[in-house]
Amino acid sequence: MHAFTALTGLVAPLDRANVDTDAIIPKQFLKSIKRTGFGPYLFDEWRYLDRGEPDMACSGRPVNPDFVLNQPHYQGAKILLARENFGCGSSREHAPWALVDYGFRVIIAPSFADIFYNNCFKNGLLPIVLDSVVVAALFQEIVPGYRLTVALAEQTITTPGGLEIPFAVDEARKHRLLHGLDDIALTLQYAEKIKAYELARAKRAPWLFVNGQL
Amino acid sequence: MPGKTLYDKLWDDHVISQEADGTALIYIDRHLVHEVTSPQAFDGLRLAGRKPWRPLRNLAVADHNVPTLSRSQGIADPVSRLQVETLSKNCAEFGITEFAMNDPRQGIVHVIGPEQGATLPGMTVVCGDSHTSTHGASGALAFGIGTSEVEHVLATQCLVQKKAKNMRVNIEGQMTPGVCAKDIILAIISTIGTAGGNGFTLEFTGSAIRALSMEGRMTVCNMAIEAGARAGLIAVDETTIEYYRGRPFSPKGGDWLMAARSWRDLHSDADAVFDKTIELDASCIKPQVTWGTSPEWVVAVDGVIPDPALETDPVKRQSMVRALVYMGLQPGQAITSIALDKVFIGSCTNSRIEDLRAAAAVVKGKKIAGNIKQALVVPGSGLVKRQAEAEGLDGVFVAAGFEWREPGCSMCLAMNADRLEAGERCASTSNRNFEGRQGYGGRTHLVGPAMAAAAAIAGHFMDVRELV
Repeated sequence: MHAFTALTGLVAPLDRANVDTDAIIPKQFLKSIKRTGFGPYLFDEWRYLDRGEPDMACSGRPVNPDFVLNQPHYQGAKILLARENFGCGSSREHAPWALVDYGFRVIIAPSFADIFYNNCFKNGLLPIVLDSVVVAALFQEIVPGYRLTVALAEQTITTPGGLEIPFAVDEARKHRLLHGLDDIALTLQYAEKIKAYELARAKRAPWLFVNGQL
Repeated sequence: MPGKTLYDKLWDDHVISQEADGTALIYIDRHLVHEVTSPQAFDGLRLAGRKPWRPLRNLAVADHNVPTLSRSQGIADPVSRLQVETLSKNCAEFGITEFAMNDPRQGIVHVIGPEQGATLPGMTVVCGDSHTSTHGASGALAFGIGTSEVEHVLATQCLVQKKAKNMRVNIEGQMTPGVCAKDIILAIISTIGTAGGNGFTLEFTGSAIRALSMEGRMTVCNMAIEAGARAGLIAVDETTIEYYRGRPFSPKGGDWLMAARSWRDLHSDADAVFDKTIELDASCIKPQVTWGTSPEWVVAVDGVIPDPALETDPVKRQSMVRALVYMGLQPGQAITSIALDKVFIGSCTNSRIEDLRAAAAVVKGKKIAGNIKQALVVPGSGLVKRQAEAEGLDGVFVAAGFEWREPGCSMCLAMNADRLEAGERCASTSNRNFEGRQGYGGRTHLVGPAMAAAAAIAGHFMDVRELV
């Protein structure tokens, strides 16, 4: 798992609520059996004027000049600012893979869909929930070149004006993200407990175990 | 101490270890695997030199990419073919049971799980697919996960989770003839919104829920995720137990008696405390039709397209304006005036035998309207297809001008060849009406199966209550 500690980065404002994972990465790109290479197709239907297909070269495609990520002053953005319920819909982890592959490391929104929120932490992408009033103020404040500093250990966002905005994050998730820990290796430390649970459960609910086999 | 909710009981029964902050390691009884969200997880196992913890706890099937026309030639699209072949190779390598594409038991993962008795009451069920919430209809704790968690479950048979809050959605009263489970869940989503269930597990209760068949209950739980909740639940009753009797993976003999006795405790205690409760009156629910690009944008069939100018929240107003442009609709337009190009009956929401019966009852002896370019019926599994054919439903659909297809996810998300073209408008029994979901530029209206069938015959939406 990739670690996230702190960064100062350009902010791109995506002024939409309920951005779904179909919009973040459309279904045709999910046919890939790899974890990488999704960045060029991030927000494909909003970003380009033609229909994207897997493995298509994107350099010559007609871009939608109105879409925020196509505007010159948001090139290289690392922080995405969005509205309510970001990442709703499908559980596809291809959505955080595409966001990270494009270059985003932080997403700030008033709320996230649960599965997407969870998937972000597995990929070194930090989703930050802020009050909708604070998010609205950030949307107001953004000008070309607007940067924020995000520090996970301190759980703060610092604006160019020096304002420090605290944010909440679950302790266990924070710890794993700060250190880039391998979740599976951590769980396998509980191997004996898992086996003991299975034996107890096989006694309680023997019908769950085909021919007594775990 | 207050009683426990059904969710509390299921959760407590699966906790292996819990930290002080509530982060818990929970055991997963059944892991369902499909071709789209698993290849990277199997790769991860290989890279780390790991093996599945309990291969028998997994069941795999390809559903998203499979063609719904004849399969004798295999899959034409090389990218889709590679993904389906990769699933078979991975299952062979890691010793996981797979229903291959030409196996009669193949179908949509959320249809075959209950159909086979592979997902049972009291289980924890996960799958790299958000519609895993479907299996909650049988009193199982079932939710969708991402690919990293697919790998985690393969390697450990566990997940690291924090418990969600409890929300009760209570629906009392009797439904009007013509109104179905799909209308109940769409009405719930319109009430609480697509983010209303974030952070909650929903339990659907009340006389209207108890009156539903297992198929109807699955439709309701299937779309819990569209209300923002990872999991939806329905208590076990005799309907549940009868459904599971004699299924291939169901317990047999003495095990069956023991299991059924244990399952009867899978309900919330009378004195259980919920963090939130929502009440709906089933008798007030009419057939529902979505008009926008989010499942919460839904009105009754006798309603009109809402006017964004009346919306006070500026972010919502802007989204509504954008949705109406995308959908090619005008405020004030009657739902029944909306003409359609295609009709899709299928998906993990509405492709079970009862759904096909409801649609066939409307279609019988009639023809689809001249403006309908294509009307598809895609059964949820090979066994649903066989059952429907045994009842003669395929003949009813084909005589009316529908195409009768092989099972799979099909036009719900258009990963295979079944899709909408830009600007085409579809009455669909699926679960998501997002921009581009059914094809680039396609326009989706979510409805129940009888409503979709009636729209195919009329060429535009009509109130199915007029036909019953």
